[in-house]
Amino acid sequence: MKWNEFFVTGQPLIYAADVSIVLTVIGIVFILTYFKKWKWLWNEWLTTVDHKKIGVMYIISAVLMLFRGGVDALLMRAQLTAPNMKFLDSQHYNEIFTTHGTIMILFMAMPFIIGLMNIVVPLQIGARDVAYPYLNALSFWLFFVGAMLFNIAFVIGGSPDAGWTAYFPLAGNEFSPGVGNNYYAVALQISGIGTLMTGINFLVTILKMRAPGMTLMRMPMFTWTILITCVLIIFAFPVLTVALALMTFDRLFDTQFFTMANGGMSMLWANLFWIWGHPEVYIVILPSFGIFSEIVSTFARKRLFGYKAMVYSIVGIAFLSFIVWVHHFFTMGAGAAVNSFFSITTMAIAIPTGVKIFNWLFTLRKGKIRFTTAMLWSLAFIPNFVIGGVTGVMLAMAAADYQYHNSYFLIAHFHYVLIAGTVFACFAGLHYWYPKMFGHLLNERLGKWTFWLFMIGFNICFFPMYFLGLMGMTRRMYTYSAGLGWTPLNVVATVGAVLMGIGFIVLCYNIYYSARYGERDMTGDPWDGRTLEWATSSPVAHYNFAVIPEVTDLDAYWRMKKAGKGFEIDEEKLKPIHMPSNSGRPFLISIAFFFAGFGLVFKWFTLAIIAALFIVLGLILRSFDDDDGYYISVDEIKRTERLTGKGA
Amino acid sequence: MAEAAHHYDEKMPLEYRTEESRLNILGFWIFLGAEVALFATLFATYLVLFQRTGNGPTAEELFQVKGVMIETILLLTSSFTCGLAVFEMRRGRLTGLLTWLLVTLLLGAGFITFEVREFIDYVHEGATMQTSAFLSSFFVLVGTHGAHVSVGIVWMILIMIQLLQRGLTPRTARKVFIVSLYWHFLDVVWIFIFTLVYLTGMVI
Repeated sequence: MKWNEFFVTGQPLIYAADVSIVLTVIGIVFILTYFKKWKWLWNEWLTTVDHKKIGVMYIISAVLMLFRGGVDALLMRAQLTAPNMKFLDSQHYNEIFTTHGTIMILFMAMPFIIGLMNIVVPLQIGARDVAYPYLNALSFWLFFVGAMLFNIAFVIGGSPDAGWTAYFPLAGNEFSPGVGNNYYAVALQISGIGTLMTGINFLVTILKMRAPGMTLMRMPMFTWTILITCVLIIFAFPVLTVALALMTFDRLFDTQFFTMANGGMSMLWANLFWIWGHPEVYIVILPSFGIFSEIVSTFARKRLFGYKAMVYSIVGIAFLSFIVWVHHFFTMGAGAAVNSFFSITTMAIAIPTGVKIFNWLFTLRKGKIRFTTAMLWSLAFIPNFVIGGVTGVMLAMAAADYQYHNSYFLIAHFHYVLIAGTVFACFAGLHYWYPKMFGHLLNERLGKWTFWLFMIGFNICFFPMYFLGLMGMTRRMYTYSAGLGWTPLNVVATVGAVLMGIGFIVLCYNIYYSARYGERDMTGDPWDGRTLEWATSSPVAHYNFAVIPEVTDLDAYWRMKKAGKGFEIDEEKLKPIHMPSNSGRPFLISIAFFFAGFGLVFKWFTLAIIAALFIVLGLILRSFDDDDGYYISVDEIKRTERLTGKGA
Repeated sequence: MAEAAHHYDEKMPLEYRTEESRLNILGFWIFLGAEVALFATLFATYLVLFQRTGNGPTAEELFQVKGVMIETILLLTSSFTCGLAVFEMRRGRLTGLLTWLLVTLLLGAGFITFEVREFIDYVHEGATMQTSAFLSSFFVLVGTHGAHVSVGIVWMILIMIQLLQRGLTPRTARKVFIVSLYWHFLDVVWIFIFTLVYLTGMVI
């Protein structure tokens, strides 16, 4: 292979990216060396098995990926602003919409949600860690190297270009001969393994490690949604594993699963992809519902309305999510009977979702509402998400879908549910739980600026797309002619996208500003919260709870506060706390995964096999490792608790 | 984790005594649930593709009863001996446990040998992974099961070394128990492969 086949060449934008990547790497290395932070990086972060730090790393990665995916989005909007633009050529445009979709779903939305769940769930259930802290670190690092492998594609070897759905036969060797779609298959596989292990980890954590007295029906709503999400992950992700493995076989070893000849069936890919893909969108939306439930209840100062109905509707949505996948390809010839079945199941999802909307509205009714940033995101979610949901029901009608299918109407619909649902929830959750992560609040004034810029920009960007779709503009087209009359609405959409970009920049500035000047959270309970995470100090002590709390009702911490004592720690009752040891092995195993994946992408099988042997070595070392962790002494716990003002 | 992780319960069988062990065993059951989903997807793929033979041989032309029967008997017997190993472990007999584990993994290795020979035979007849969609799905489904069995053999060897080094402790007992769950699960998958791939292939 020649060097100019290995590196992507010939595009000014790519050269600029090359330069910025090299400069960023040099910058990071320089700063770490100059401030002598290498050891800190290794001891505090790369080897950590603490769920809170792992959660923070997930969120940092997600924000980076939001930047990458957002840049992709802005490049697309720039190209579409005016007719016959020459800013991007068609191939480059294909690559950008593919990476935009894949990154936003798998490397932005999922890790953001998983990051929040890492930080919050053990705190909400009164646990000191997750069931398998070591596995948790491995999950994170596998996700991270998967994301990095996917992200280097655009400078080394070339990006995938067959859409985030990677439909065959387009994604097969015949029509996509480069290494781009190998990156797709291998990188998603690696991070998918990490996600599956997270699902198992948190399911066991929630089932087995709740504080005494916390029955299932006394769990906070966010924990409930994570429990159900874990079940979705456990049954949906193996399907993706298989689909990607078959794709890898087709692309690397010329098997005939999805080919056009020798009996291959390309529709099999579409089915497998969406059997995973539809539960996947619920994997990112159900936790969002949980986040909004917590925030609405806290800032309306009321118990969540219809808790049980909420739980049952989550379970209902989770069940239905497995039997709607064909609605993604009504037009691909499944026949009237099949389409009708999937049409009805799809519309049925609107029922439990509608129940939840009314639950939030009735929680707000007669509440003493405080309009914090987190609450603004939650309030904006309700009407925006309803717009996305109602247009979803329009798309669910199979006969009518022939009109909407693959048009900008669809683009507008799923951005309304994914941004107004998941992204709003991520921002809301970030503002809400930020003190638990870093010990200070995000600035409210800047937060509100972000909110208004992003929320208004979002509507300006995506609302016109419904009309562009009805006017006939189809998705994934890289340019259009002036006579079609789509120009004015496209200009409006681009303006909205720029506003969203500015909102994102304000958010990043807010993170910097608040770290320097933000209000320190001395109480551990800045919002007058209801659930157990607010009973801890901010930032949370390494062991979370010096004494495991006793739970008597829903909203456990609220109940303690109403009883007049809050969560007090009796120093007499302290016992040494057992904690797991740090380990560098998850990080190193994941590095081996990176090289194994890289070898597969380029069919350098020697590299892949050597790296695979290192993975096996790592697993064997783990098996023979009998490190039992260590104990934190009572004296040290007392010192920590007095420092944070929680101790007597 | 907490002190509960070291909460020791004398009344339970050895592998269930620590809280950590109880969590690991439950987690492994859930992992097997995910494996069910994985194999179900592979079976679905096979059933969709198995009559799409292109220019290659059909299942009826290809499969031979003898080798498959030997593989089946070896693997089913190994599941039984694996059960005997756990039975010996519950009685606290290290030697019996090690002996039956050794028998189990030898039977597993025999299964793998016959399976590899079967695959080589097919390839010599010109039936490769690349020939048709039917053969792609056949090799990937049966091969995934075979890869699982191979991993199980290596895993069992590692646990036997640990048993020899450390004796029968709550930790090694838990490892034996988990690998036995894995082994029985692979046996169940094989029953489905035998029925849905080989029997169906030779009848339809």
